Amino acid sequence: MTQTLELKDKMEGLLRTNRLPHVWCSGCGIGIVLNSFLRALIASETDENKVAVSCGIGCTARISGYMNIDGFHMTHGRALAFATGLKLANPALKTVAIGGDGDMIAIGGNHFIHAARRNIDMLVICVNNFNYGMTGGQAAPTTTKESCGTTAPYGSFENPFNLPFIADACGAVYVARWTAFHVRQLQLSIQEALKKKGFSFIEIFSQCTELFLRKNKYGAGLDEMKFFKQNSVIKNGADTREAEFNSRNDKIVVGKFVDRERPDFKESMDGYFGKVLKDKFIRYEGPLQTKI
Amino acid sequence: MKEKNLEDQNFSSPRGGEWIETQTQQKLKGTVAIIRERCKGCGYCIEFCPLKCLEFSKEFNGKGYHYPHIKFPEKCTGCDLCGMYCPDFAIFGKKLL
Ligand SMILES: Cc1ncc(C[n+]2csc(CCOP(=O)(O)OP(=O)(O)O)c2C)c(N)n1
Ligand code: SF4
Ligand code: SF4
Ligand code: SF4
Ligand SMILES: [Mg+2]
Repeated sequence: MTQTLELKDKMEGLLRTNRLPHVWCSGCGIGIVLNSFLRALIASETDENKVAVSCGIGCTARISGYMNIDGFHMTHGRALAFATGLKLANPALKTVAIGGDGDMIAIGGNHFIHAARRNIDMLVICVNNFNYGMTGGQAAPTTTKESCGTTAPYGSFENPFNLPFIADACGAVYVARWTAFHVRQLQLSIQEALKKKGFSFIEIFSQCTELFLRKNKYGAGLDEMKFFKQNSVIKNGADTREAEFNSRNDKIVVGKFVDRERPDFKESMDGYFGKVLKDKFIRYEGPLQTKI
Repeated sequence: MKEKNLEDQNFSSPRGGEWIETQTQQKLKGTVAIIRERCKGCGYCIEFCPLKCLEFSKEFNGKGYHYPHIKFPEKCTGCDLCGMYCPDFAIFGKKLL
């Protein structure tokens, strides 16, 4: 009848509805991220048969299991490694890696910096809920100072990572951060990043209602959404060094920080080998396209 | 792909419940579709509806959560902001005009 009615049906089509309700706790922000991702896929008219989602292990990483598109559930931390292989083997695919902060930047940190350095053409979405949700709320490299976790009962004293800064420094071509409150901006960002060639990174601050919020007595999911709303400042184009969020007293700097062009891994490889090997070099265009 | 979706939809009824839509009248600007059994009662849709059309219903769903229902159908514009905030795919707004 109208556009949104169709949208509802399209959303249902992209979900494995027989697996709903999903496992995430009441109010968990991961569901909002999945919601925004599917809406972005629809709005950007991306061919879902050309998209593959790779996830590691964690609450966030269960995202691939609820989407009715090609998805891979990897070992912990290896979502980007798998997405790299997938992209190189089938360059026509748009590979997306989605995972938690622990998955992507603790155990998977090395894959993260190198995928960004090599500018592998993929979209990386990291749901930062400031702890390891799935395993019971341990402190992570993203836990804010003085916040508690099961492995930090008196609060964390370590400096957390500033993920947009790392991604920027390693060479990502698109870097943005939003919170679970910024649903519209998040959707637009995902739409932009889906179209972007090269390593794109979007961080989303999200609420782990049952562990991080409960343990720290930060309130319910709705309180955290209001916290995100009240404490965020949108600074598009800001220097990523300003995006530090070391303690809960800091302002949350959100926005699109980086949007630049740089030859991606395949372009660089093809260009270089074409130059040094000349006719001997056979460009690889995919399993069906290349004759050797 | 298409076939699989159909299968999924059929499965969704016993487990997920039916779509329940508010009575459609000609003069309404918009309305919401709510799938009660998916709701986990977080309240985001109610809080972030720009026109505050929704409220928690008194009834519980199968999991013991109060799901939302539309209190002021005439105010709803069908903007679908409630749908964008729902982590559980339990509510969608739609424009009627
Ligand atoms: C090699 C390996 N080490 C440790 C684990 C245990 N483990 C499972 S999920 C997880 C952390 C998940 O945290 P995060 O990636 O932040 O996801 P969240 O649950 O917070 O979304 C850990 C340590 C594992 N599954 N495999
Ligand atoms: S444990 Fe935390 S991150 Fe995991 S589903 Fe529950 S609220 Fe979400
Ligand atoms: S569609 Fe918009 S106006 Fe209607 S209930 Fe949802 S958020 Fe409110
Ligand atoms: S946002 Fe979704 S899960 Fe939360 S109360 Fe509304 S319908 Fe229920
Ligand atoms: Mg986490």
